Amino acid sequence: MAQMNMLQAINEALSSEMEADQTMTVFGEDVGHFGGVFRATSGLQEKFGRERCFNTPLTEQGIAGFANGLASNGMTAVAEIQFADYIFPAIDQIINESAKFRYRSGGEFDVGGLTFRTPYGGGIAGGHYHSQSPEAYFTQTAGLKVVVPRNPEQAKGLLIASIRDKNPVIFFEPKRLYRASVGEVPEGEHVIELGKAEVVQQGTDITLLGWGAQMEILEQAAEKAAKKGISCEIIDLRTLAPWDVDTVAESVKKTGRLLINHEAPLTGGFAGEIAATIQQECFLYLESPIARVCGLDTPYPLIHEKEYMPDALKTYEAILASVNF
Amino acid sequence: MSNATTHAETVHRVSFLDKDSLAIPILKVLQADGTAYENAVLPVIDETLAKKIHDTCVFTRVLDERMLGAQRQGRISFYMTCTGEEASIVGSTAALDDGDVILAQYREHAALRYRGFTTEQFMNQMFSNEKDLGKGRQMPIHYGSQALNYQTISSPLATQIPQATGVAYSLKRQGKRNIAICYFGEGAASEGDFHAGLNMAAVLNTPVIFFCRNNGYAISTPTDEQFKGNGIASRGVGYGMHTIRVDGNDMLAVLAATQQARAYALEHNAPVLIEAMTYRLGAHSSSDDPSGYRSKEEEAKWQQHDPVKRFKLWMVNKGWMDEQTDSELYVKYREEVLAQLKVAEKVPTPHIDEIISDVYDKPTPILQKQLAELKKHVKKYPEAYPKSAGRI
Repeated sequence: MAQMNMLQAINEALSSEMEADQTMTVFGEDVGHFGGVFRATSGLQEKFGRERCFNTPLTEQGIAGFANGLASNGMTAVAEIQFADYIFPAIDQIINESAKFRYRSGGEFDVGGLTFRTPYGGGIAGGHYHSQSPEAYFTQTAGLKVVVPRNPEQAKGLLIASIRDKNPVIFFEPKRLYRASVGEVPEGEHVIELGKAEVVQQGTDITLLGWGAQMEILEQAAEKAAKKGISCEIIDLRTLAPWDVDTVAESVKKTGRLLINHEAPLTGGFAGEIAATIQQECFLYLESPIARVCGLDTPYPLIHEKEYMPDALKTYEAILASVNF
Repeated sequence: MSNATTHAETVHRVSFLDKDSLAIPILKVLQADGTAYENAVLPVIDETLAKKIHDTCVFTRVLDERMLGAQRQGRISFYMTCTGEEASIVGSTAALDDGDVILAQYREHAALRYRGFTTEQFMNQMFSNEKDLGKGRQMPIHYGSQALNYQTISSPLATQIPQATGVAYSLKRQGKRNIAICYFGEGAASEGDFHAGLNMAAVLNTPVIFFCRNNGYAISTPTDEQFKGNGIASRGVGYGMHTIRVDGNDMLAVLAATQQARAYALEHNAPVLIEAMTYRLGAHSSSDDPSGYRSKEEEAKWQQHDPVKRFKLWMVNKGWMDEQTDSELYVKYREEVLAQLKVAEKVPTPHIDEIISDVYDKPTPILQKQLAELKKHVKKYPEAYPKSAGRI
């Protein structure tokens, strides 16, 4: 075990996979010698050469198209989109190409070796073009996997699994945790299976479900609720597509209540999908309506960031409302 | 830093460049009567290659004619011909190695035929039957074959352009002596992916040929409503890549240009842009009617430049072809296409289980659940789902 922050854990995952897989390349805007604007790819060009870690021109659609081409010919491609807010020029390549490559060709071709890494989320005073959480645009697209880690240890294990996974994966990195989140990370081989949620805290009264940077918010709210005698079960979904219905349903059958928290706006957010599925699976077990604590249906506001965010206090209030329903 | 402006010549009076500042000639080898221009440098070609090219062109003509007919009869849902553009497509593919990866737009089935796609395979795709390599998932003409290094067609335009750059980069990294070739129309060159793909190819030193079929129309939109510059070729120079414009109806000019482009791309790990000036003699697709946007006179004029006929005349002049052999080939392929069509339309559709395969490498639990529910429903109402009901 070594103490490291999330960027170091991501860097280590990339480095160890590049060592293990000679076909793997890492590319994107400023990822070469400079090591990326957040330094996630720091030192990789020096270690593996310019052919395997390089800058691209400033074109997200080009990066995604290039990545599709590389992966379609049997290579492992890890593309960085500098901010998730800038993934939209690439959306045609991701939704119409990456996601459908295998299906449309009947399995003649696929881009299974492709992973997009991209920093998402707020809390860094980034305003609406450096703070968005666009995961729900991708969870509706069949063929994509969507993964979000909550801490350095998870980031390493999930990123390695994403790179090795034989499907295109979008790996959303909670940028406000890049340096803020520090913890023990296993050295060497560390792989966390995709598609499995994790119960991070056992509880009996209500299930709190989230992912990424919101996990620490859920923990803070649960701690506050515990002082009122409310026992929260906390689940990190980790993989949003395909998501682990069974683990969530099992928990809700036990607690009878569910609260889902995400930074993205409420309407059309992934919480809606989870709520619909869980009321179907657990209807007779539910003691109260499924609660969603999410961002407002506004663009991500700069000066009102604090008010916008589904923070621990809003979550705590929603826990009380659910338990007292 | 190697910004071009740092070593540019300086001037001290305002002077603008315009689209004619760069003169771009058109390479022509064959004249209309099938004889080569005096001083024309011929490509590397022997009788075997010439016959393969001719054979591919005749097959494609027949396929296009018959399948457009089949679409009109309601036997298939959709069709696209490449009539008039055979020299651009076959002439370029014939310059390649079979290990070179083809990323086509959609109107390049002649290239796939050249690589060896069988008549039966064409039919299976168009009828979406269970023998279709694509498992019946795409509209007719969206072919693909891993064995023939021809990536499966996707309808969105120009997406294949940056992908070709990626494929070429992978070929370079794999140490293969192969290139990628990317086909697209002049309309697709207006998409952002064109800019992204060409610029990245130049910057990342990738062995790829970008082959633009400038056929005059993007569905109904003529080139003068598509771009204002000096064709597509002028852009290649802007990206810093080797560029050539050829007569796209001149088989030998296309072959010569592509042979040299390929050699250059491999030797220098660099992209090349070829702009083939041609004409889409048919409609955009079976859903289109060109009489609404172009004249019969214009079409008749281009009929005079039939690329298949011109090449055949050259072969006749060489003593490699005669009119009777040519006619017999058309008869042979008409019979073959019709026979295979009748077989393919009776082959069952893919099994309902294929509806969830290939979404991911393995069906997810959610997909398995959805399939189970779907099958239960189909069993309950079999008359509503006749293609699947009998085979669950």
